[in-house]
Amino acid sequence: MISVSAVTKRYPQGLEALKDVSFEIEDGEMAFITGHSGAGKSTVFRLLAAIERPTSGSIVVDGQNLAALRRGAIPYLRRKLGLIFQDQKLLFDRNVLDNVLLPLSIVGLPAREAVRRARAALDKVGLLERERVQPIALSGGEQQRLAIARAVVNRPSLLLADEPTANLDSESASQILDIFRSFHQVGVTLVIATHDAQWMARFSSRVLRLERGRLIGDNT
Amino acid sequence: MNGFFSQHYAAQKSAARRLSSSPLNTLLSLIVIGIVLALPAAGWVMLDNLQGFAGNLPGVQQISLFMMVDTGEKEAAEIGSRLREANPGKWWFVARDDALKHLTETEGMGDVVAGLTKNPLPDAFVVEPGDSRPEVLERLAETFRSWPAVAHVQLDSAWSRRLDLFLRIGRLAVSLLAVLLAGALVAVTFNTIRLQILAQAAEIEVSRLIGATDAFIHRPFQYFGVLHGALGGLFALLLVAGIGRILAAPIGELFALYGSGFIPSGPSPSQAGAIVGIGAALGWLGARISVAIHFRG
Repeated sequence: MISVSAVTKRYPQGLEALKDVSFEIEDGEMAFITGHSGAGKSTVFRLLAAIERPTSGSIVVDGQNLAALRRGAIPYLRRKLGLIFQDQKLLFDRNVLDNVLLPLSIVGLPAREAVRRARAALDKVGLLERERVQPIALSGGEQQRLAIARAVVNRPSLLLADEPTANLDSESASQILDIFRSFHQVGVTLVIATHDAQWMARFSSRVLRLERGRLIGDNT
Repeated sequence: MNGFFSQHYAAQKSAARRLSSSPLNTLLSLIVIGIVLALPAAGWVMLDNLQGFAGNLPGVQQISLFMMVDTGEKEAAEIGSRLREANPGKWWFVARDDALKHLTETEGMGDVVAGLTKNPLPDAFVVEPGDSRPEVLERLAETFRSWPAVAHVQLDSAWSRRLDLFLRIGRLAVSLLAVLLAGALVAVTFNTIRLQILAQAAEIEVSRLIGATDAFIHRPFQYFGVLHGALGGLFALLLVAGIGRILAAPIGELFALYGSGFIPSGPSPSQAGAIVGIGAALGWLGARISVAIHFRG
């Protein structure tokens, strides 16, 4: 499902964030991308989400080469992905339900069906009873769970998460972990960029280790 | 197709929500747009009324055909038949006796008429042409002059030309003003949308990240521009109609002093539709330009 081949990412200032990185992730697989701060984890996340393009090499996601993807096709690719950001990127002027409804309004789902699906997603992450609350009133863990609900409401087959447990206490991080596990169990492919070693220990999943932009380890 | 409609409906709701979320700002900008649109619209309505007033003035845009004094009923019937055939508009016959009677009833003329030994007035026809353009009136007058037994054809073409020129200058001035103010309206909407885009930066970023197309992101701003312009047009319409209502009575009295029975009116339904429609179109244009510039690249 994901094929990264000889990818290099160089920024205009000359910083080389990734150097000749190659890996493949199969459908239904769960993989962690780990490494110290500045290792290139977030760059991989941004490249897989088509937020940035590689300087060289190719990235194939869902059969599409992202390096050659035309600009107008990017939104349609993103609709097939579930993106979870470190800073959640919630809309604080909308309540919990409206945040989750946003991806469904983008694909033009009829309102009644959209609300039904949004509530199901909120139920999945344990926030159904807080659907009318503004995100600012949620704890950090709840905000991250809301971000997950928004990411999965379109039923993507691939979930990409960038440091989803950063700044969370261990209990909240554990809840997030359980939610990811449940998605993995139903066949969703997960790619999680994290520096949190305790996560990997709780999963017998594949770990891709980055250091200074190079892939230095790929093991289960 | 359902998705298409639901996306447009959502964009319309979003535009309405943005308008209502800051009522004071919305009200102030609608006042500006309303005044900007009301100025040319009022000029437009005023010129229409002026044209109606002029067309209703006795003696204006009428052609009088005076027969020779010694002509009889046969010649008058011949002229009547030619008028029926030419069909220049409304026309009627004024018999010489009726004309004298009318003159007698005219203030200050009674004594003069009483001193006459015989009726010096000729039979006459009065023609009100359907097409009141000066060149048409003059062409008709020329035709009437060539008819037999017609002694004199009277057309106040100088007056008609002056009025026509005045209305043309007025229309040109209103059009120029409208173009200038349309530019101002587009600029107002452009800036309002620019502020909206800045205020919605977070929502735009998130929407892009989760799969929104450019059209999805631009659409609410374009609906906002349309709604903004249409409401401004509605406000302009209320202003013009209100001012027209206040001025109708005194202007009607003034018209009556000139012998015109014309009653001034406010914007017609088609003019009302045009004011609101033009406001909406200019709002859309301002939004479109703003969106194109601010989302460029």
